[in-house]
Amino acid sequence: MATTILFFILAAIILGCAIAAVTTKRIMRSATYLLFVLFGTAGLYFLMGYTFLGSVQVMVYAGGVVVLYIFALMLTGQQDNKETHKIGLAKKAAALIASLAGAALFLFIIISHRFANTTLLENPSEQTTSIQTLGQQLLSTGQNGYMLPFEAVSVLLLACIVGALIIARKR
Amino acid sequence: MFDFSIVTKWFHSLLTGVMPEWAAIGIECFIVLLFIILLYAILAIALIYGERKICAFFQCRIGPNRVGKWGLLQVFADVFKMLTKEIIKMRQSDRFLHDMAPYFMLLASFLTFACIPWNKGLAILDFNIGVFFFIAVSGIGIVGILLAGWSSRSKYPMIGAMRSGAQLVSYELSIGMTMLTVILLNGTMQFSEIVQQQADFGWNIIRGHVPAIIAFIIYLIAGNAECNRGPFDLPEAESELTAGYHTEYSGMHFGFFYLAEYLNLFICGAMAATIFLGGWAPIYFPGWEGFNHVMSLIPGFIWFFAKAFFVVFLLMWIRWTFPRLRIDQLLSLEWKYLMPISMLNILLMALVVCFGLTL
Repeated sequence: MATTILFFILAAIILGCAIAAVTTKRIMRSATYLLFVLFGTAGLYFLMGYTFLGSVQVMVYAGGVVVLYIFALMLTGQQDNKETHKIGLAKKAAALIASLAGAALFLFIIISHRFANTTLLENPSEQTTSIQTLGQQLLSTGQNGYMLPFEAVSVLLLACIVGALIIARKR
Repeated sequence: MFDFSIVTKWFHSLLTGVMPEWAAIGIECFIVLLFIILLYAILAIALIYGERKICAFFQCRIGPNRVGKWGLLQVFADVFKMLTKEIIKMRQSDRFLHDMAPYFMLLASFLTFACIPWNKGLAILDFNIGVFFFIAVSGIGIVGILLAGWSSRSKYPMIGAMRSGAQLVSYELSIGMTMLTVILLNGTMQFSEIVQQQADFGWNIIRGHVPAIIAFIIYLIAGNAECNRGPFDLPEAESELTAGYHTEYSGMHFGFFYLAEYLNLFICGAMAATIFLGGWAPIYFPGWEGFNHVMSLIPGFIWFFAKAFFVVFLLMWIRWTFPRLRIDQLLSLEWKYLMPISMLNILLMALVVCFGLTL
């Protein structure tokens, strides 16, 4: 009962802020609404008792991505211009088709995917996935281990850092 | 040590006896909320008074002494003054974001405040990934500062917010690294477990000896920087930026920034007390039976507050002793010294734990 009420509150926040994020004309407000959407998603994870993923969501998106957006917007010094450009009919039609296609794909995946283990969701618990299991799976080389993706992501991040250094260094 | 969860469990069963569970949880959430807000206000008043007195003593002054005995009512007078002040609306600012920015600061400090274990069995949020959650939610404050600076549409807040963003993002790394060192020692991320282990096997700063002391010093330096307090108070350097990111705020909106700043100081001290100085665990000396018995009679939350305020005093001492750094010195201190040292420190702690060299 309590979970259902909280789910609907969170869903309303997510939907409302997502619509506001794409309809607002000021880019900084858009970033703030996006932050609320991400918070709402983190709230859903906490509701499912998956605290690790919820914390990651808050850390990576609130502490990382949105701060990066805001920093970039501040540095480029773009004050929001209130006059909007006229959008042509062709562009409007293309946007409509793209969003309809996206919605269709999304609905298809939701409906056709059979969600396993719904009993877990009825009794959300923190103990379902402990941090020990997560850590061991992340660094295990055995079956279902995530050692290779983990290392691949590390190499990718290292490449990003080196690339940023090369772009930013003094010549 | 008295286990407080007996009381909370009794209260929960009392409520569920007369109403459905969701209503009981709702009422409990409301009580917890009242508790947090009340404690928040009391601690802020105590800290502001303490800061003014301690600052005065460091500068060979007397400090507030006119309102009430020893100036005890000075802070209440200040609070009422701030509550009656007008909130100025500026024409060029982005009103929506400008009004919302202080609440981001409050959100971050409420969420981190809720992670603190006050006593055995008395913690509001006690996830099994507690430390990680703590670091994650403390990052929300940066968004508030950046939005405050940007939406003011003024030069000083903008520069203050940029400096503050750079500073907080950098020093968060050191905080995370020192906390990782403690996690290595205790093998858990749950705050209640960390404190329980310290109650059983001795405080972390003694159990982990050399690497723990290095981590504690780094934590104090980085914590001071995270709270935007001097010698790292560049974001609001009065002589250069008038007041930094909250220059354009007035009335209670400024009050919220002020409140969050002082509570962040307390949270920083409380976290240091929790992860290094044993939280609610009393002092024990092996062999001194009578002494240990007397110490265990003192309730856990008194131990906790004593330790937290001790660390807060250390932080205030640092603030009023050292001169302010320049922005490039500040960033090179973090990236060239504290970060490498704390990385090596993690390695050292891993070796110590691996070879069983803990005390």
